[in-house]
Amino acid sequence: MLSRVAESIYWMSRYVERAENVARFIGVNLTLMLDSSDREQQWWPLVNTTGDHKDFEKRYKFATEENVLHFLTFDRDNPNSIISCLRSARENARSVREIISSEMWLQLNTFYLKVNDAATTGKGMESPHDFYTDVKLSSHLFTGITDATMTHGEGWHFCRLGRKLERADKTSRILDVKYFILLRSVADVGTPLDDTQWAAVLRSASAFEMYRKRHGRISPNGIVQFLLLDSEFPRAIRFCLSAANDSLHAISGTPLDKASNNVETLLSGLCSNLASAGVDEIVKSGLHEHLDNLQDQMNLVGTGIFETFFAKRVREANKQTSAERTQ
Amino acid sequence: MTVALRIRRSRVLLFSLLMKFGDYNLGGFYDEMVGENGRPRASVRHLARNLEALPEGELIRRQKSADRALIQMGITFNVYGESAGVEKTLPFDLVPRIIAADEWTQIELGLKQRIEALNLFINDLYHDQQIIRDGIVPAHVIESSKGFRKQCIGMNPPRGVWCHITGTDLVRHGDGKIYVLEDNLRCPSGVSYVLENRHLMKSLFPEVFAASKVRPVSNYPLRLRDVLEYLAPGNLSPRVVLLTPGVFNSAYFEHSFLAQQMGIELVEGSDLVVSDGYVWMRTTKGFERVDVIYRRIDDDFLDPEAFRPDSMLGVPGLMEVYKAGNVALANAPGSGVADDKVVYAYVPRIIKYYLGQEAILPNVPTYICDEEKDLAYVLENLNQLVVKAANESGGYGMLIGPHSTKEQCADFAKRIVADPRNYIAQPTLALSRVPTVVDDHLEGRHVDLRPYILYGKDIFVMPGGLTRVALKKGSLVVNSSQGGGSKDTWVLADKTSNDTDIPEDTGFSQTQSMGGNS
Repeated sequence: MLSRVAESIYWMSRYVERAENVARFIGVNLTLMLDSSDREQQWWPLVNTTGDHKDFEKRYKFATEENVLHFLTFDRDNPNSIISCLRSARENARSVREIISSEMWLQLNTFYLKVNDAATTGKGMESPHDFYTDVKLSSHLFTGITDATMTHGEGWHFCRLGRKLERADKTSRILDVKYFILLRSVADVGTPLDDTQWAAVLRSASAFEMYRKRHGRISPNGIVQFLLLDSEFPRAIRFCLSAANDSLHAISGTPLDKASNNVETLLSGLCSNLASAGVDEIVKSGLHEHLDNLQDQMNLVGTGIFETFFAKRVREANKQTSAERTQ
Repeated sequence: MTVALRIRRSRVLLFSLLMKFGDYNLGGFYDEMVGENGRPRASVRHLARNLEALPEGELIRRQKSADRALIQMGITFNVYGESAGVEKTLPFDLVPRIIAADEWTQIELGLKQRIEALNLFINDLYHDQQIIRDGIVPAHVIESSKGFRKQCIGMNPPRGVWCHITGTDLVRHGDGKIYVLEDNLRCPSGVSYVLENRHLMKSLFPEVFAASKVRPVSNYPLRLRDVLEYLAPGNLSPRVVLLTPGVFNSAYFEHSFLAQQMGIELVEGSDLVVSDGYVWMRTTKGFERVDVIYRRIDDDFLDPEAFRPDSMLGVPGLMEVYKAGNVALANAPGSGVADDKVVYAYVPRIIKYYLGQEAILPNVPTYICDEEKDLAYVLENLNQLVVKAANESGGYGMLIGPHSTKEQCADFAKRIVADPRNYIAQPTLALSRVPTVVDDHLEGRHVDLRPYILYGKDIFVMPGGLTRVALKKGSLVVNSSQGGGSKDTWVLADKTSNDTDIPEDTGFSQTQSMGGNS
C-alpha cells in the first residue's frame, strides 16, 4: 500500500474518532449541568480535556457554556473542534476514495455536510443533546460501515490503528482531567454529587452499565481499573492499545510475540506493562504521573508509526503530522 | 396492475402528454427528442411516455433527489480561479439524450476511422514526417504546435499506439448532421460522469430502463484496464497506476473514481520514484515496480527533467524509463499535437491521406487565421463566427461572435492579428437541443456529445458518452467550468441485440425496480 494512502487512512479514522470523543465530552457535560449549581465551573475542565486550553484562553475570555460549545464544536480555527476534525477526516478520505469503500465515503461525506450545515445555519442545534448524540452515532455508523464493507487488509488495519490509538489517548485524558474528582471523592464516598460525577466519567466513555456489571459499586479505584486496565471493555486503554498492537503486527506480518521494528517493540511493551499493572500501586504512586507517562509513550508510538510507514515519502509541509505529534 | 388501472393510467398519460409537450417550444432548433411536428421522435417514445406519466411535481422531486445524491456522494469538481478547495457538483439533468441504433452505428464507424488515422498521423510526425513531405500538412503548423514535443521524435510507444484514450466532441447542427467539433487526445475528462449519471438514472427511473433497450456503459473501467495492461512491457501481471496531479485538480474526483473502478492504485508524482531504469512507488513495505501509468497530467508536467523543469507534479527521470521501454504511458507523450485546433482543420485530409477514405464524420468548416484569405474573412465577419485559441480547452480563450459586444469583438480581433497562428474560426453552429428540467417544466437547451474511444488491441467506442448541456437559456457553452451540466446518454440497441443495460445491476436500483414493476 502506498505510504501516502496508509497515512491518509490512518488520519481519516483518527479524526472521526476524535470528533466522536469531543461530542462525548460535551454530551456528558450537558447532562451533568442539569444536576449542577455551579454552571461556569463545569465547562473549563472540558477545554482542558482536549489539551487546547492555551488556544482557548487566547481567543475567548470566559469559559461560558456558549463559548466552550462553540470552541469545541464549530470553531474552524480550532483544529480539534468537531467541524475541523470532520473536515480533516473528509479531506483525507477524499484523497483515498479509491481505497475505501464508497459506502464509507458516502457516510463520512454526509456526516461532514450535516455538521457543516449546523455550523453555518445553526440547524440541528435547537436541541444540543440530540445533536451530540447524532455526532456520536454518525461516527459509530462510519466505524460499522468500515468494518462491514472494507476488506480487512492492510488499509483496514491502518484504519483501526488510528482509531484505537486516538481512543486510548482520549480515555486517558478523561481519566486524567477527572482525576481530582476521583481523589476528592475518596474522602466523602457516597454523597449524591460524587456519585453523579463518577457516573459522568464513566458515561463519557459509554462505560457506565458495563462498569456496573463488572464492579457493581462505584469506587475511584474501580473506575481507574475499568477505564485503564480492563482487557475486555472496548474503550479501556489497555483494550485499545492491545487492538492497536494486533493491527500493527498484522500490517507488518509479524507474529504478536515478535517485533520487526521499533514501534512494535514499543507498543508491545506498553501492552504487557498494562497487563501486569495493578490499580492499587498506580493510584498509590500517582495516577496523574502514570497517565502522563502513558501519554508520552503513546505519542512515541505515533511518531514511530510515522517514521516506519509514512516518512518514506517527502511530505508537503502543510499536512497535519508534525502538529499532531506534538500533542 | 389491474386492467382498470391500466386503462386509467393510459388516459392520464395521453392527457398529460398533450399538456406537457403541447407547450414545448422548439425555438427553431433541431431537437433530439421532439420532432418538427411537436411529437416525440420514434426512438424516444418509451421515455417520453414515462416522463409524461409522472404525477404532478414528480419530475421536480426526482430532480431534487438527484441533486441531493450528487452532493452526498461528493461527485464534484474543483473550480479554478475560486478559492482553493471550492467544490461544485456538475449539475445533472434528468432528461436523457437518446441516440437511435442506426445513427450510432455511423458515429461509431466515423470515430474508429478518425482515431485510426490520427494515430498513424502522430506516429508519422515523430518519425519520417511523410505527410509533411507530401505537402498535405504544412511543416510550420506542426513545428509551431504547442503539443508537438521534440523530445518524442523517434520514439516508439508500446504496441505502436499513441492515443489510447480519446474523448471526441461531437455536435449536431441545425441541418441534422453530426459534426466533429474537437479531438481530445491528451487527457479527456468526464467519463466518470457518464458512469455516475447512468447509475443515478437507473435508481431514479428503473421502470424506463426496463422498457427501453439502452446499451450498457458500465464495463468501461474494465475495458480501460485491459487496454492499459495490454501496454505493459513484458510483465505477466503488470502493475497499472493512475497518476493524478492531486486532490486540488479539477478532475480529481474522476481520477479517484476511475482508479477505484479499475482496482488500480491512484498515485501522485511524489509517490513515484525512478531508480535503476525503472519506475517504483513508495509503499508501506518499501518500493514496488510500476509497469503502466495512466497519466492524467499534461506532458508539460510529466517529468521536470524532460519538460518543464519547475514542475512539482511529475516524476524526474520518467521519460528516460519510458524511452527505454521499461514503463508505458497512456496517452503517449506528444499525442497532444493532434489537439491543436489548426491541426484539426486538416483531419479530413489526414484521413484521406492515410486511409484513402472520405471522413465519415465531417469537420465543422474551419477558417485558419494563419492563412491570409481566411484571416481577412474572419476579421470581416467576427460577429457571426466562433473564434477559438488553437491550444486552449475547457471553453477558455473563446469568442462567440453573435453573443459578444462590439468591444469584445474588437479586442479579440487585436489578439488574432497579433498571433494569427494561434486562432481558428468556425461558423456559429445551431447546436441541437434536448428538453431539460427548468423549474417545474421542460425547456430546450443546447447540447454536445463526447463519446470515449479506447485504442488497445483494437478500437472500442463506448456506446454512450457525456452529453453536456448549456443550462443557461440560449447559451452555447456547455463546459462544466462555464455553467454547463450533463445528461445521461442512451444509445439504443438495435432490435435484435441482447446487449442492453438492465436496471438490476446495482443493489439500490434492484429494490426500486421491483417496486416499479410490480
